[in-house]
Amino acid sequence: MAGKERYGNNQRRRQTRRQETFFDYTLLFVVLFLLAFGLVMLYSASSYDASLNYRGDSAYFLRKQALSTVLGLVVMIVVANIPYHFWERFAFLGCAVSIVLIILVLTPLGYESHGARRWLMILGFSIQPAEIAKVAVILFLASLICKMGRKTRSWKGFAMVLALPGVISLLVWQITENMSSAIIIFGIAVLMLYVSSPDYKRFVLLGIAGIAVCALAVFVIVKINETQSTSALGVRGARILAWLDPEAYASGKGFQTLQSLYAIGSGGILGKGLGQSKQKLGFMPEAQNDMIFSIICEELGLFGAVSILLMFLLLIWRFMVIANNASDLFGALLVVGVMGHIAIQVILNVAVVTNTIPNTGISLPFISYGGSSVMFLLAEIGLVLSVGRGIHLKDL
Amino acid sequence: MNNKTYHRKKIVTIFFGSMAIILFLAVRLGYLMVFESDYYSEKADQLHERERSIKAARGRILDANGTVIADNRTVCTISVIHNQIRDPDRVVEVLSKELELSQEYVRKRVEKYSSIERIRSNVGKEKGDAIRSYNLEGVKVDEDYKRYYPYDDLASKVLGFTGGDNQGIIGLEVKYEEYLRGQEGLILTVTDARGVEIDAAGEKRVESVPGHDLYTSLDMNIQSYATQLARQVMETKEAERVSILVMNPQNGEIMAMVDVPEFDLNNPYTLPEGIDAESLTQEQTQEQLNRMWRNGCINDTYEPGSTFKIITAAAGLEEGVVTPQDRFSCPGFIMVEDRRIRCHKTAGHGAQNFIEATMNSCNPVFITVGLRLGVENYYRYFTQFGLKDRTGIDLPGEAGTIMHKMEDMKAVELATVSFGQSFQITPIQLATTVSSIINGGNRITPHLAVMTADREGTEMKRFSYPVTEHIVSEETSATMRMILEQVVESGSGKNGYVEGARVGGKTATSQTLPRGSGRYIASFLGFAPADDPQVLALAIVHTPQGNYYGSQVAAPVVRQLFENILPYLEKMDYN
Repeated sequence: MAGKERYGNNQRRRQTRRQETFFDYTLLFVVLFLLAFGLVMLYSASSYDASLNYRGDSAYFLRKQALSTVLGLVVMIVVANIPYHFWERFAFLGCAVSIVLIILVLTPLGYESHGARRWLMILGFSIQPAEIAKVAVILFLASLICKMGRKTRSWKGFAMVLALPGVISLLVWQITENMSSAIIIFGIAVLMLYVSSPDYKRFVLLGIAGIAVCALAVFVIVKINETQSTSALGVRGARILAWLDPEAYASGKGFQTLQSLYAIGSGGILGKGLGQSKQKLGFMPEAQNDMIFSIICEELGLFGAVSILLMFLLLIWRFMVIANNASDLFGALLVVGVMGHIAIQVILNVAVVTNTIPNTGISLPFISYGGSSVMFLLAEIGLVLSVGRGIHLKDL
Repeated sequence: MNNKTYHRKKIVTIFFGSMAIILFLAVRLGYLMVFESDYYSEKADQLHERERSIKAARGRILDANGTVIADNRTVCTISVIHNQIRDPDRVVEVLSKELELSQEYVRKRVEKYSSIERIRSNVGKEKGDAIRSYNLEGVKVDEDYKRYYPYDDLASKVLGFTGGDNQGIIGLEVKYEEYLRGQEGLILTVTDARGVEIDAAGEKRVESVPGHDLYTSLDMNIQSYATQLARQVMETKEAERVSILVMNPQNGEIMAMVDVPEFDLNNPYTLPEGIDAESLTQEQTQEQLNRMWRNGCINDTYEPGSTFKIITAAAGLEEGVVTPQDRFSCPGFIMVEDRRIRCHKTAGHGAQNFIEATMNSCNPVFITVGLRLGVENYYRYFTQFGLKDRTGIDLPGEAGTIMHKMEDMKAVELATVSFGQSFQITPIQLATTVSSIINGGNRITPHLAVMTADREGTEMKRFSYPVTEHIVSEETSATMRMILEQVVESGSGKNGYVEGARVGGKTATSQTLPRGSGRYIASFLGFAPADDPQVLALAIVHTPQGNYYGSQVAAPVVRQLFENILPYLEKMDYN
């Protein structure tokens, strides 16, 4: 793989002979494609809901998202042009600020939407602190791991690296009741640690332990459900039962999942055609949000859905190339963090939508509706592009 | 460079790990969207499509002459759909004017936020068309069928009526529901989650299939004349109710079935005058309605009295325990074990042969015949003649026979049964059994339905009914016809005599239970022509005031009926 890569870059070098440094146009193109495609799908998925709830303004969600996207692109360009080491000095500060912001959600500055208190209203902008926390953790860990050097290899170092991300995950989970963001933050931390350490065994064990815990939890919940009433299990228990048999919980926790399966299944191989989704007509809750991928499936079919998955894979591949060629470990780790963030989020989102895992609210990067999400994602892309610029072509 | 080889390796593993998971998800998607696609598409369609049924036109009911006696009328339901209304003021104005409703009433419904609001149902088709011609947006005119009975109360208890969903409730309407009903059609429209139809999606239609017409043996000419006679006698004799059955004794086809008071089929829930409907509880109202709808000819049993002597005579003749020439002597009573059973003529009929005894309707003679038969034989004939079972008439709710158990039947019981007392049968059972005895011995099944046909009259299904042959021999049957003709010619049934026709028959006067209440049932059963019966009529007058003898009250009814319908039936035969 790496050999092939070098060949590809040699070609590019010929084209950009005068340029001393590298710029990843492939990555930029993929991101712009996903953003544009995302806006089209967002309009398709949200126009019905918008025209109903915003006095016939079918472009309501599209306009807000487009604005965030433009802002995000500006942020991306700015960040891409700042040498990434500039951010290292904010590593700890970023984490501290995000912890404060998460706690601020509990104050009157926080506000509730969709039944969960996750947002902060600052100067008329609504921000999800969890999104800031993701960037902050990436920055913090990249810097920390570099500083610790070989110390990360011991169990103690291992624990030290995961301590702060663990605390932030816990806060995100408990205060903003956002388990999916907590999983993503912790997942990013584990992936970054994994890259920094030559050891495999420890991570394989960790992975097996994680899977075992999940399997045990599912087993216990099913057993409890057989002997006691469902109400004894609480929300997450019910979600797991609904995951195992969504049709049995069609009117409760299984509703959204089932609607999503209807949308995906009725899409077929080529889909109903752009704009032809029926499920978006009020049947599917969060059609423009976490469930937008199922609307893509319904309208564009298996063909469209797999194409989008390939675009994300292409994106992850570019991250790998940049990370592997980064001029230093700090840059490589930054890219690994972003790579982990986007990969985990895409995988979990598609897995939820296809009912491969229990339902939890995770948005699809660049495509789902969400201003904070797209702005911080673009900031991260800016970071990656900045790392990419640091690659000296003569090194290749 | 700080970037060590193992870092690169690990980053590569992350990429391939992600690729593997994404590939797995793509496979999962492929499974859902290719193999499970049909299943989920169907589920999704069910969710998105709204079904509206298209009512099927119910089959008509026709009489023997092809006259329509139960028909359909198109009626319209006017509704408004709030979201589609453009000009509410005009809608209110037009609807209140056309439907003769107050402006406030209509406005309240027009302004109500609901998916569909009904303004008025059962609106005539002309009105519906008129409203449709305004082309008002948001106003829906749905056509529907409503049952209509052109003869109002004629044969009401036979035809029955239909309910709100056009389903049969009583009578032929419920019995032949499966043929009359037809098949509802469907309109499938795609809607959003609120139920609002999406115009662009179009609609799928499954057309309704109209029900089949039912051709019956009822003859509305005979029915209407019989009803008129029944009303007349009910009025003059201040009777409680009068039943008249007219049937073809050869094949069991019922030509008329009257049970006055009848009710208006077009208003089947209106109680007869004289009942204060408002003071009744819901339960009481239902009870009153059920009573009004009850068909006395088949739903109720009674003690047949002397008309039942026909059965005793036929059994005696068939078994050979009596011949027409056998001589008897009636002293006015007969001792059965320790019981003295009186004849209606207390002075006694004196010496007489069996024919004369039948003409006199002499109780002691028939008791003697019954006793000669014995319990076992009598019971065997009772069963053989079909009296123990229901007749199987094609109307719902036929009552069964109430009869002694054979082991409980002793001489006294046998004696009373012999002249038609101490047990109960339905009028239709009596008419059917006598028909079977006089038609040559074939137990026929009384019925109304002849066939079903489509709207163009093409036969779809012809009904056939069971016939049990040889319940009595041809000779016994002929003897019975001869004896019964004598009864009308010069016996107790002479009031049933019709000039220029050969009529056979038998009268009956029975006291209703409890005895001594002074309540009687007067009845007459007649048939013509006596040598080859083509029509049999049974008239039963319940609780007549004044003269209560069957020969005085019921026989003239049948006579008048025959005077009118015999020439008519003859003419029909020529055709």
